Amino acid sequence: MKKIIFILVAITFLHFLSRGQQDFAVHGDFEINSQSYTPDSAIDAKQPPQKLAANVYGYISLRYNNFTAGLRYEAYQNALLGYDQRYNGQGIANRFIDYTDTFISITLGNFYEQFGNGLVLRSYENRALGYDNAFDGVRLRLQPVQGVYLKALIGRQRYFWTDGNGIVRGVDGEINFNQALHLNWKTNMTVGGSFVSKFQRDDNPIYRLPENVAAMAGRININRGFFNLDGEFAYKINDPSADNFYIYKSGTATYLSISYSRQGLGMIITADRYDNFSFRSDRNATGNSLFINSLPTIVPTHAYMLENIYPYAVQPLNEMGVSTEIFYRLRRKTLLGGHYGTLLVFDFVRINNIDKKPVFDGTGYRSRFFAVGKDVFYQEIAMKIEKKISYHLKVKAKYVNLVYNKDFVQGMVGYGTVYANIGIADIMRKIDHHHALRAELQTLQSHQDLGNWIMGFAEYSVSPHWFFTVMEEYNYQNTHTSKPVNYYTGAITYVRGGTRLSIGYGRQREGIVCVGGVCRNVPASNGLMFNFSTTF
Amino acid sequence: MKNLLVIIFLFVSATLLNAQQNNTLPQVMLKTIDGKTVNTADLLKDSTPVIIDFWATWCKPCIMELNTINDLYPDWQEETGVKFIAVSVDEPRTMNRVAPFAAARGWNYEILLDPDGQFKHAMNVVNVPHSFLIAPDGHIVWQHSGFAPGDEDQMYEALEKLEKQLKK
Repeated sequence: MKKIIFILVAITFLHFLSRGQQDFAVHGDFEINSQSYTPDSAIDAKQPPQKLAANVYGYISLRYNNFTAGLRYEAYQNALLGYDQRYNGQGIANRFIDYTDTFISITLGNFYEQFGNGLVLRSYENRALGYDNAFDGVRLRLQPVQGVYLKALIGRQRYFWTDGNGIVRGVDGEINFNQALHLNWKTNMTVGGSFVSKFQRDDNPIYRLPENVAAMAGRININRGFFNLDGEFAYKINDPSADNFYIYKSGTATYLSISYSRQGLGMIITADRYDNFSFRSDRNATGNSLFINSLPTIVPTHAYMLENIYPYAVQPLNEMGVSTEIFYRLRRKTLLGGHYGTLLVFDFVRINNIDKKPVFDGTGYRSRFFAVGKDVFYQEIAMKIEKKISYHLKVKAKYVNLVYNKDFVQGMVGYGTVYANIGIADIMRKIDHHHALRAELQTLQSHQDLGNWIMGFAEYSVSPHWFFTVMEEYNYQNTHTSKPVNYYTGAITYVRGGTRLSIGYGRQREGIVCVGGVCRNVPASNGLMFNFSTTF
Repeated sequence: MKNLLVIIFLFVSATLLNAQQNNTLPQVMLKTIDGKTVNTADLLKDSTPVIIDFWATWCKPCIMELNTINDLYPDWQEETGVKFIAVSVDEPRTMNRVAPFAAARGWNYEILLDPDGQFKHAMNVVNVPHSFLIAPDGHIVWQHSGFAPGDEDQMYEALEKLEKQLKK
């Protein structure tokens, strides 16, 4: 009932304001993702009793001068397989009122926020993951002068259709010296700090648990000429939880990135160390729910299908890693660069565990800061070349060598480490001003787990409206099954302005979908897919 | 069910009202790649047409679009004075990668960072790439989701049309 009143008030507000007001705007977006399910024993695809599932999202916002009010309706009838089925149902998942001017911003209701790199606080929504840890509460942001800001918030977090148990309180501040003090230093420096505390009653009959858990972080960003350094360190007091098996140990998170960027050359080195740093507003929560923070992973995101058979998921309790990436462009009209220039990319990533010595005083273990463990969680060596051969033809080729500890990364038993080599060719031919064909050929070779794969993909596009896509993934010499398996899909997509409609049919392989180091399991499926999104 | 009807009604009213409204850019704080803060309301202060394109380093069609337009951009600027702003929605994990990634490709755009997606949400962007052509008075005169080779011509036609209207 309350929700309906809220909506009616919003509509009245909207109609009242629409009478010739100048600075009034209504915007929104709408999205449906649905799929039918057919049983398919070849890929072990199941059919849920309702045979069809749909996730629907509708968002609308009204803006009047400095005020914005918005709400998001969500319906899962039922949630697509692979999404947490606790989402099943429908209702207003998010509503807020916000006032923002150049000095102050106040938000009441639901909001998303991030402090620094997100080590101690980050809430966001990602529909591909079914991830939404929005706050429900109050947020205040102040910007006394340009280059300085302060934020403060208090609230609970979204837990499917209700709010989680814990209350989160946080403050964050940042100063950019050049902007704030009107300096003309060649070095541009920004310094920031955050403090976050969560409160949850100790309802455990066995343990005496801390009811208030504090986490704090300091960060610095230095930019000079072509160089940029970005570092953040966070500390959290002991926080016994289901994640860390209720040990009374403090946690730390360290993230450092150094980059060099000039025309034609880019380099970046990133390092992280996450030690007992899972931070949720409910100590008993599991899965992807109620995270207060989000630890950035150092693995570059992969854009090709077969690279994503073994995606990395960040390990908040235990990881130490380093990654480097180099981009170099061979100039146009040189011997090696050719007429249009050539881009070369190289990357290396290595992530290990932290070397730990077990202790039996309730804190679980001890570890020295620079002590790297012996287990390799993930290693990647990749090379890529991108070349425009003529106005009509572009080619890309990539090679990846992968070491993937499936047991550690996916929390499974008995799979061990997978060693894989991946080769990719990506060709784009522009036929005329409107027609283009893009094709990919990929292979993944491995003696472990799912064995070898070949994948072919072709997309014919007619600008500005149509895409026709076919894809075939062929899994052969799988170590678990004797029969090779085909996964085929086809889709037609229509785009017009901000509207996109896609209908497809095919088999999807079982696997995990990861965005930003956060993952979700997707079961194998066979069926018809319908996706629609629009923005207005 | 009641909820659903109310929502549908709300959406229909919004669409009908959309015809009469005045669009201005929402105010969101973004960062430049050297760490300075920028208010999105200031993006229109030069009184020229502005193209805002949401992209990410992990998005193949986005890179194809930005590579394609980069070759045409000097001519577009000369003819129409347009300013192209590439807003990266890369999350914190890949945010620091944006500068070296773009520099090596020789992109001449103004690049802004929207790591928590505040601007993306405020502009109702569902998928990237998503581009908007914005008139100096803040009106969205054209928008497009996705990229297929040839879409750059549509963008240019919309820009040319806007340029002619502005001269009148």
